Amino acid sequence: MSATSVGGVLVYSLDRQLFRLSAQANQSIRIPLRFLSQAEALILAAAASRIFPSDEAGPGAREAGVAVYIDRQLAGPWGRDRYRYTHGPFEENAPAEFGYQGQATPQQIYRQGLKDLKGFDRLKPAEQDQKLKQIETSFFFSLLRQNTIEGMFCDPMHGGNVDMVGWQLIGFPGPRMSNYDDVDKHFGEAFRPKPVSLHQVTGRKIRPSEDRE
Amino acid sequence: MKTLPSVDVVIVGGGWTGLLVAKELGSQTALSVVVLERGGPRKTDEYGEDMDELDYAVRLRMMQDASRETVTFRHNPAQRALPLRQFGSFLPGSGVGGAGEHWSAIFPRMLPDCFALLSHITEKYGAERLPEDHSVQDWGVTYDELEPYYTRAEVLMGISGKAGNLRGKQIEGGNIFEGWRSAEYPTPPTKIPYFSAMFHDAAKSLGYHPYPVPAATTSQTYTNPDGVSRAGCTYCGFCERFGCMIGAKAQPTNTLLPVIQKCKNVSIRTGAQVRRIVHDTVQSKGRVRGVTYIDATGQEIFQPAALFFLTSWTLNNTRLLLLSKVGEPYDPATNKGTVGRNLTHQVNFPAASLYFEQPLNRFMGSGASGITVSDFDGDLFDHSSLPFLRGGNLLSLSVGNRPIANFGTVPKSVKSNWGSEWKKAALHYYDRTGSINFQGEHLAYSGNYMDLDPTYKDHFGDPLLRLTLDWRENERSMAQFATAKAVEIAREMGAKEVTAFSGLRRYDPSRYQSSHIQGGAIMGSSPHRSVVNPYLQHWHMSNLFVLGASSFPQNASANPTPTLMALAYRAVDHVVNRYLKNPAALA
Repeated sequence: MSATSVGGVLVYSLDRQLFRLSAQANQSIRIPLRFLSQAEALILAAAASRIFPSDEAGPGAREAGVAVYIDRQLAGPWGRDRYRYTHGPFEENAPAEFGYQGQATPQQIYRQGLKDLKGFDRLKPAEQDQKLKQIETSFFFSLLRQNTIEGMFCDPMHGGNVDMVGWQLIGFPGPRMSNYDDVDKHFGEAFRPKPVSLHQVTGRKIRPSEDRE
Repeated sequence: MKTLPSVDVVIVGGGWTGLLVAKELGSQTALSVVVLERGGPRKTDEYGEDMDELDYAVRLRMMQDASRETVTFRHNPAQRALPLRQFGSFLPGSGVGGAGEHWSAIFPRMLPDCFALLSHITEKYGAERLPEDHSVQDWGVTYDELEPYYTRAEVLMGISGKAGNLRGKQIEGGNIFEGWRSAEYPTPPTKIPYFSAMFHDAAKSLGYHPYPVPAATTSQTYTNPDGVSRAGCTYCGFCERFGCMIGAKAQPTNTLLPVIQKCKNVSIRTGAQVRRIVHDTVQSKGRVRGVTYIDATGQEIFQPAALFFLTSWTLNNTRLLLLSKVGEPYDPATNKGTVGRNLTHQVNFPAASLYFEQPLNRFMGSGASGITVSDFDGDLFDHSSLPFLRGGNLLSLSVGNRPIANFGTVPKSVKSNWGSEWKKAALHYYDRTGSINFQGEHLAYSGNYMDLDPTYKDHFGDPLLRLTLDWRENERSMAQFATAKAVEIAREMGAKEVTAFSGLRRYDPSRYQSSHIQGGAIMGSSPHRSVVNPYLQHWHMSNLFVLGASSFPQNASANPTPTLMALAYRAVDHVVNRYLKNPAALA
């Protein structure tokens, strides 16, 4: 999978469109996929980009590396349903308030969901939106939407929120150790400290759950 | 099965109540005490590395592993229960410190009339005002009896707050509706962030009595009488679902464990999953002989002892009693039996969602920093002409908003929930949104209870606990009333747009409400209607004490930890001063 390094900022471009290109020389590197095939990753990246587009309001799923984030989650314990109670019997048609009651793991749900979106990455944006509207009420779509938000705003160690673009977008400063001097000030005005990642705060490399189990 | 040498005391569960008992018995007596904790030890010095919303707040790394054991749920006995395949409306803990490691640390006392709820309602409004299917009871203990123990719990943790009732004298700025207090809070209130400050001013201008939330996230460095010191809170916004990176939040590991570690007579065994309480029972009277557990290596162990404390949270306390056939399971059809009855879950919902013009800097705060209005709590307002009994609190908490949980909240006028239009609105409102929450009482009903599920099993093959639970008209009417009050305050706060809560319908097991789920092994003054006596001692097995919110006959509006700690202190006092001298029934 191709990625482009722009001025020290990794900008993933799963749909082969470079974003925020600078005059500097671009260097192509390869990001290894853990679970998805390249074809699946391209469809996923295109779909995540329609859920959280890159537009005049700012960067989106593409710049944040949402597809890389989701690929890692799928390959990790969450994707294998390590955390969910998976004993039967399964009541697939349970009311929504019981949460997802199906047997399929996130890996299986994504595999099928992306298969059903075959050719999606070749469609025009308006056609892509049409296609997503058709599956809006599916469990796959709700999972994709939730995972897209996670990939936008998780700590960068998970592979998303690259260079903290998501946090910069909303003014979230990350795991800041102290707000003691500011918590009861700045009333009515934006207080936006520069974001810091967990790695920057602790000075240590922390292994996220997808790399542990 | 391997049988270990007998010890004096076995404590099942290493959370707030279990470790409090271990600390008290460890330091006050020479008894040999073993704590069996199913989860692992905590690396509290590494809590700073846990400030990761995804792994901790979304994937719930500190909580009970649902893949091994969960609960099943249904709304009424006619339905087939389904497993909660991941936890939703409440979050059980696991590991040393239990849920006390990842709590929000809000620390209010219950109103005095809560402890005599049946008597109070009957005297004031007549028994006919209670819902037909209620199972409301008195606790068998009074507020006055508990007051010194509440104070001890507050001193233990260095609670930050402002008294509103010092020995009957009302004090402006505190909760003037609270029960009498023998002492001011050990530390001053926490700082109040912008959103909560706006709520304070609006409530005050409407004539209500706002006051700072009592917090176990201490506002300044505090040293308790055990010599245990904790730093003051820095409002980093990683409290609920996390361990505190600097230990400002009182947690069993930074409040009780430092004392326990000095007690040579106490040992904590982690990875020890207790599966059965082994007892001799003849004609309903009996004694516990020991417990069986699976240790961290997978070996089955029998641990005999003389005295037992079951301190493993509401759900596990109830389940272990049912699995071990200690006492008679509750049967809603005949209203006989006691184990599992009076399941309640606090009425907890976002009563008003507010959208502002100006940014709010909501990332700053702590799990317990905020303002409460208690003018509609308990029976502080007349219910004669209202369609419901009791009430609750309105809270404006500034817990420190994190983006995965909070991004995407938009006013109703935005119709989409993905794509450019949604993104634009969500970006704009991300830091311009807040909610006023209601936290209210839940009456007990004969049809809300716990038993063992006939279908679904845990990791070991034992039946899961089954919850049968739904709201009744009392809660729905109370919610409607509280929502109107919240909207009134929200408008006064100057919000550009206010969305009212759409109403309580069916109980929703997937929406997080609170982890204040209670009952199952309730206390009371009659062995026919309760599992434990007012000292939390089992009615039929005098060497077994069952502690925690499992003992609450019904759910108050207050967060449960202060009360379950006060009850635990009281139980330990009676064990040390009376039971150890004469090991028999205390009531």
